[in-house]
Amino acid sequence: MRLRTEPFVLNIGPVHPSTHGVFRMRATLDGEVVVDLEPVFGYLHRGIEKLAEERTYGGVIPLTDRLDYVASVTNNLGYVLAVEKLAGISVPERAEYIRVITSEMQRIAAHLVSVGSFLNDAGAYFTPFLYMYRERENIVDLFDMVCGQRLLYSYMRIGGVSQDLPDEFLPALRKFIPRMRSRIDEYDWLLKENEILLARAKGVGVLPRETAINIGASGPVLRGSGVKWDLRKADPYSVYDRFEFDIPTGEIGDCYDRYRVRIEEMRQSLRIIEQAVKQIPPGEVRSEVPHLLRPPAGEAYAHVEGATGEVGFHVVSDGSIAPYRCHIRAPSLMNLTALKDMIVGWKVQDLILIFGSFAITMGEVDR
Amino acid sequence: MKFERYGIGIAKGLTVTMRNLLRRRITTQYPEQRLTVSRRTRGNELVWSKEKCTGCATCARTCPQGVIHIVTSPGEENRYNVEVFEVDTGYCISCGLCVEACPYDALFMGYAFELAKYRRGELVLSRDDMLIENKQASAYFHPENAEALPKQELLIDRKE
Amino acid sequence: MIVPNITVDALRHFAPVSPDWPGNEWWHWLVFTVILIVFILVMVIIFIWLERRIIAWFAARIGPNRTGPFGIFQNIAAALKLLLKEGINPTNADIIIFWLAPIVAFAPVIIVLAVVPFQNGALLADLNIGILFVVAISSISTIGIFMAGWSSSNKYSMLGAMRMIAAVVSYEIPVVLALAGVVLLAGSLSLNDIVIAQERVPFIVLQPLGFLLLFVGGCAEINRSPFDLMEADSELVAGFHTEYSGIKWAMFFLGEFGEMVVMSTLIATLFLGGWQGPALPPWLWLLIKIFIVDFVMIWTRATLPRVRIDQLMALAWKFMFPLALVNLIITAIQVLAWPDALPLYVIPINWAITIILVLLGSKLFKVGWGRVEV
Repeated sequence: MRLRTEPFVLNIGPVHPSTHGVFRMRATLDGEVVVDLEPVFGYLHRGIEKLAEERTYGGVIPLTDRLDYVASVTNNLGYVLAVEKLAGISVPERAEYIRVITSEMQRIAAHLVSVGSFLNDAGAYFTPFLYMYRERENIVDLFDMVCGQRLLYSYMRIGGVSQDLPDEFLPALRKFIPRMRSRIDEYDWLLKENEILLARAKGVGVLPRETAINIGASGPVLRGSGVKWDLRKADPYSVYDRFEFDIPTGEIGDCYDRYRVRIEEMRQSLRIIEQAVKQIPPGEVRSEVPHLLRPPAGEAYAHVEGATGEVGFHVVSDGSIAPYRCHIRAPSLMNLTALKDMIVGWKVQDLILIFGSFAITMGEVDR
Repeated sequence: MKFERYGIGIAKGLTVTMRNLLRRRITTQYPEQRLTVSRRTRGNELVWSKEKCTGCATCARTCPQGVIHIVTSPGEENRYNVEVFEVDTGYCISCGLCVEACPYDALFMGYAFELAKYRRGELVLSRDDMLIENKQASAYFHPENAEALPKQELLIDRKE
Repeated sequence: MIVPNITVDALRHFAPVSPDWPGNEWWHWLVFTVILIVFILVMVIIFIWLERRIIAWFAARIGPNRTGPFGIFQNIAAALKLLLKEGINPTNADIIIFWLAPIVAFAPVIIVLAVVPFQNGALLADLNIGILFVVAISSISTIGIFMAGWSSSNKYSMLGAMRMIAAVVSYEIPVVLALAGVVLLAGSLSLNDIVIAQERVPFIVLQPLGFLLLFVGGCAEINRSPFDLMEADSELVAGFHTEYSGIKWAMFFLGEFGEMVVMSTLIATLFLGGWQGPALPPWLWLLIKIFIVDFVMIWTRATLPRVRIDQLMALAWKFMFPLALVNLIITAIQVLAWPDALPLYVIPINWAITIILVLLGSKLFKVGWGRVEV
């Protein structure tokens, strides 16, 4: 005799004790099993694309910081590449190398936050989270040394970067790289073979390869499903074609694979930084660009590989000092399209974990 | 035959945590101990040099938020008399674009950041609050200010 | 301390042992009641302080250190704050049960310690059914939790309470079977006699499987990480104590840490040798052993992530229950084969059996459900 049960609606509200910002999910539960899921977002909409139409081309750069606030250097870079393509400005070589070094440092910092939050959702009581933040503190100190801020840098400028590296930057970076390598090995020792994490995350929340390609996913979500696609190799921008690195992929696209992909990407970023530090040439870091830039009328699209995926900027200009339209392709929003299919059928605790393994930043989703 | 998931992962994790128990703590007890911030820090205020400023208001036009308010009157030589020069630090996002835009090197970012006030009106800095003789300027975009400032304390330099 | 002719005297309780404590005085029960209440309250406060400091040290930070030297007054500040909070009663709640539930959840914690020996013969009541008393009384706090979940008239509290009762009842069985193994070795249910029987060798060396089962099952019974899904911060259903505030919530919180004290005391008494030890006074040895067990519990809390509810139940029924049965059978065979004294080579045999069983279990044990078709 089957028990007659009724599904009930649980509102996992915009303010939740888990991480990841203001995101609301209306889940229909039947006992413990999630039967239906409706994501509601838009709580962090600030109108960045509209505000960008009222600022000069140089003044949009602080706005682009606030998109994916965990990894702001790559956002700056995407916008600046789009405007440089539009106006036909070339960048000195030292600036390109500095851009690569800071982008990779930023990628390591963003992945540390994602992995720490994921493990916090899995239940380890803040310990791996704080270890990751301890390593991130080193990176943030270096950024503080270069551009004066710890989180929202606004470091890129149209035609280069804002200032040159100080003298004590490269020795500190050289000290940091072996330390970070040994720490990543230590975190593998801590949690890679942990039976409880394997039981929670292996096989849970599988994103099949075809679905991932069809919805336009990118970043670790796509690479965790087994697709070897990285913009730094597929469509190299800046000077990425001079470096040697691998693209880690997962096998089946469960939460565990996404977690492993992020850890391996940190190791590859360290490789790129090492090679860039050896090859960096002297020179100037900013080319001559008029103070109020008026690019010729037209449009340009540039994309970079951010920490969550492909960040794209479509800039349309009509010859005046402000962009006519600046549209931003947010990778977290595209990745979220598959959320319902991945979660239905699992339990409530898995919902938290699968959502945590996406590692979205609400600043990007809502803009 | 191969065994997996028999508890070795948990044991490894426990050793890592034990090793971290024996490392040094990384926190500082604010406000008794303070870390030295970077020399290029973009503090919460602006520092202004009255002699070099000509009142061209390029900084006010460059500011993305529009926090700088300048009123000038004609003066002698090639300069304006700056009557009102107000910066609303409540709206300022410390992006530093104004400092980069100044053609006469008259504007700097401030070095201090512990500038909380009790009223929102007190956050608006007026002309005489920002003189460079009274405040410390940071080395953001102006590396010549760096000698007067102490070196930054890095976490990576601390002993384990 | 192992002497060459190792014995575990199964028949020791027939030989009279003169206790060091003068029992049977008229003030015996009064002194011990006071000692027990003071012990529980002080140990709970010390445990909470230790936990906050040690978890902080594991995570490369310092715990509370501003209220008093080394933050020892932090808990007193917390208790004062909770006393002054408003106790909110939900409108639809069943008031009598709502008020009684924290008391029913906290009282067994003190009562159970009545049979734990602090010295040879120094316990409130040297019942000769000691372990049965412990198991029976510690199950009463489960009723307290159910009362809390039911009387809150909140569907999430009810769900949390049901989950918790299912987990506690499932883990009773491996715990009781592990205790039964200890009873077989010592030949008596009285806790004082069990401690005396560990004179040569503590039972952890003789029965590693029993220790593992009691530790893991004990952590699961008291909702300690990695099994703390009932009170987790990053889950959304807040558990059976959602509707409680103020001093009633404080009683639940004290009850949780009190159960931790009780479980540590039990493990220290049954497996680590209780008050035995060379040079220091016996009650100091008991305290040291309690703190060692507590440290291991905090260590596992800081390291391990949480299990899911169906994985929790699967672990109890499919992994620990067969292991507990096998442990009991092997202990019974050994005690039957050597009735007066177990020889030395039993120790490596037991350790080998433990390792083989854990490896076999990991091969055969399938963890939880997968995805459910909707």
